[in-house]
Amino acid sequence: MTLKRKRSEVLSSGSGYEKYGSTYLIWLVIFFVIPVLVILAYSFLTRDYQGGIILKFSIQGYKDIFNLNYLTVFIRTVIISFISAAICILIAVPVSYYIVYSKFKNFLLLLVIIPFWTNSLIRIYAWIFILGNNGLINQLLLNLGIVNSYVKFIYNNAAVLLILVYTYLPFAILPLFSSIERLEKQLFEAAMDLGCTKRQVFFRVLLPNIKQGIVSAFVFVFIPALGTYAVPELVGGKNSRLIGNEIARQLTIARNWPAAAAISSILLILTIIAVIVFIYGGEKRETR
Amino acid sequence: MPGSSVSIIEVDKYFGDFHVLKNVSLEIEENEFFSLLGPSGCGKTTLLRIIAGLEDVDDGDVLLDDKSILNLPPNKRPVNTIFQNYALFPHLSVYENIAFPLRLKKFSESEIKRRVDWLLNLVRLEEHAQKKPSQLSGGQKQRVSLARALANEPKVLLLDEPVSALDAKLRQELLIELDNLHDRVGITFIYVTHDQAEAISISDHVAVMNSGVVVQYGTPYEVYESPADTFVANFIGESNLMKGDVVEILSDEYIAVEFPSFGKVICYRDKPVKVDDTVLITLRPEKVRIMHNKPTPSDGIPGNVVHGIVDEVIYMGYQTKYFIKTDEGYILKVYKQHVSYLLDERIIKWKDEVFLYWNPDDSFIVEVEEN
Ligand SMILES: Nc1ncnc2c1ncn2[C@@H]1O[C@H](COP(=O)(O)OP(=O)(O)O)[C@@H](O)[C@H]1O
Ligand SMILES: [Mg+2]
Repeated sequence: MTLKRKRSEVLSSGSGYEKYGSTYLIWLVIFFVIPVLVILAYSFLTRDYQGGIILKFSIQGYKDIFNLNYLTVFIRTVIISFISAAICILIAVPVSYYIVYSKFKNFLLLLVIIPFWTNSLIRIYAWIFILGNNGLINQLLLNLGIVNSYVKFIYNNAAVLLILVYTYLPFAILPLFSSIERLEKQLFEAAMDLGCTKRQVFFRVLLPNIKQGIVSAFVFVFIPALGTYAVPELVGGKNSRLIGNEIARQLTIARNWPAAAAISSILLILTIIAVIVFIYGGEKRETR
Repeated sequence: MPGSSVSIIEVDKYFGDFHVLKNVSLEIEENEFFSLLGPSGCGKTTLLRIIAGLEDVDDGDVLLDDKSILNLPPNKRPVNTIFQNYALFPHLSVYENIAFPLRLKKFSESEIKRRVDWLLNLVRLEEHAQKKPSQLSGGQKQRVSLARALANEPKVLLLDEPVSALDAKLRQELLIELDNLHDRVGITFIYVTHDQAEAISISDHVAVMNSGVVVQYGTPYEVYESPADTFVANFIGESNLMKGDVVEILSDEYIAVEFPSFGKVICYRDKPVKVDDTVLITLRPEKVRIMHNKPTPSDGIPGNVVHGIVDEVIYMGYQTKYFIKTDEGYILKVYKQHVSYLLDERIIKWKDEVFLYWNPDDSFIVEVEEN
């Protein structure tokens, strides 16, 4: 297999990409490339204190964000996104394996997809309803006399992680499911026949063969988590603010659009670097 | 590396309500080339998987060198399998696929290299060592899976239709290679196939299966020349199956049978029969001689002679298949081998009047219905 083919597999996963390639390209340019270019342009323009921008070149937006010292927020965002992607994969690998070989495969897949039918904000509020200070669990604990005052389950980084994992788990399960499903079951039997224990089958046959699925799953969770806004806003604490929240603040409260655009641009570059590292990293190990 | 004997003892296997293997018993001798032959779906793969430990039995036992192996997991059995679709690890090179079982056993790198090189040489894949399975042809994949299965030095090698995915010519080559390989490694081979020609061409013994039952066991010669029942007679090679009534017991060895299809012929009495029993007689097409002139029984053996007209001619180069319509309207298959080519031979053509002649020993009873 050539490198080129693999890369396109990771990115597109399917023949539909080739078939509808040109339509997809137009769509991509209109709804993705142009907005991104607009943001990049904004980041190099001058701030209008009423909100919006003045068409005059300036790098003040970048200067502003360095003055605001966003380094901790950037690092926190990367760490939280990384951990939630890692947790998602740890959960998704066994779950996908189970679904592939389950008798109720289609039903279980449906269960994975069902959350997409509901708005994500509503689902976050549902979690607040369960975990909140006056939430179901706290009321139960209080009524049973297990605790004297409510337990603070949310408004901290753990809650942000939990909800991120909950939100993005299906994005990890779907690519892993399809890469496990593609494997012949006989590979596992052959491995046992050749002397593998169950554990060795997992590490020596399953994992190396779903590497691409793992990379996709990681990218599918890590990237949206980098830009997440609503989750830390609703269930995060003082120390849970992520890049997404800072962009929103610059855009609304601070009315510093060039700064917001500058943060977005840096996030975008971070994202691109992350994707490249994951995809090439996965490939390198494979072609060893 | 010497092989093991395998005993299958009264094995029963169900998938849900479906009785896949019905009281199957087999004795497979050490170091022999044993074939399990039967139509698709008769339970061959299931039996092989039971020996490999990939499937449980519902009843019965499986012995290796007279010791039960049923409670050993697949990775502990000295048995390796060539899977029907090869099951090569797509993420590993040819070299690493073959090294896979050796790495599990934690051999040193130099020992692994020595063994893998030997195996690569055995299956003639040295130049392809660094390729991935996806870059190989079907025949090459098959040889990698052979080498990989032999790396563990198993006592028994299980082969599940290893050549059925390949084209006819390659299939022949690989069969010969397999046969040579068997001679070289000297272990027990259990070979599963639905192709009777494969099974009888390379095996020491053949077991014929039908719907989860072993219907016949024997050498290829026995299975071909004395099929145990109609199924075997039809499944292995080709035959003319004819139903008739016993009209006379001629001796201990011969009977006269009256066929509505072409009158009275003499048949070999290989089963106890009485006059008036209905018998099913088989006659292999290549055992029948075909000629224009009425033959005269020369050497005391009362030959069977039947008159007919050539209804169909299929010329195949090395032989010609004739379909002969007897006077009573029955179609008999007759295959004539072209031993030598004579320019002045009077070739038998369509619509020719011909006489068929065969030795009574070649028409024998496969089934008896007592009346
Ligand atoms: N895991 C299974 N579950 C249910 N039925 C099965 C299973 N494996 C095989 N069968 C059925 O058992 C029968 C025998 O299968 P198999 O041993 O694969 O036949 P063969 O190898 O002779 O073609 C077939 O009818 C097949 O459909
Ligand atoms: Mg089979």
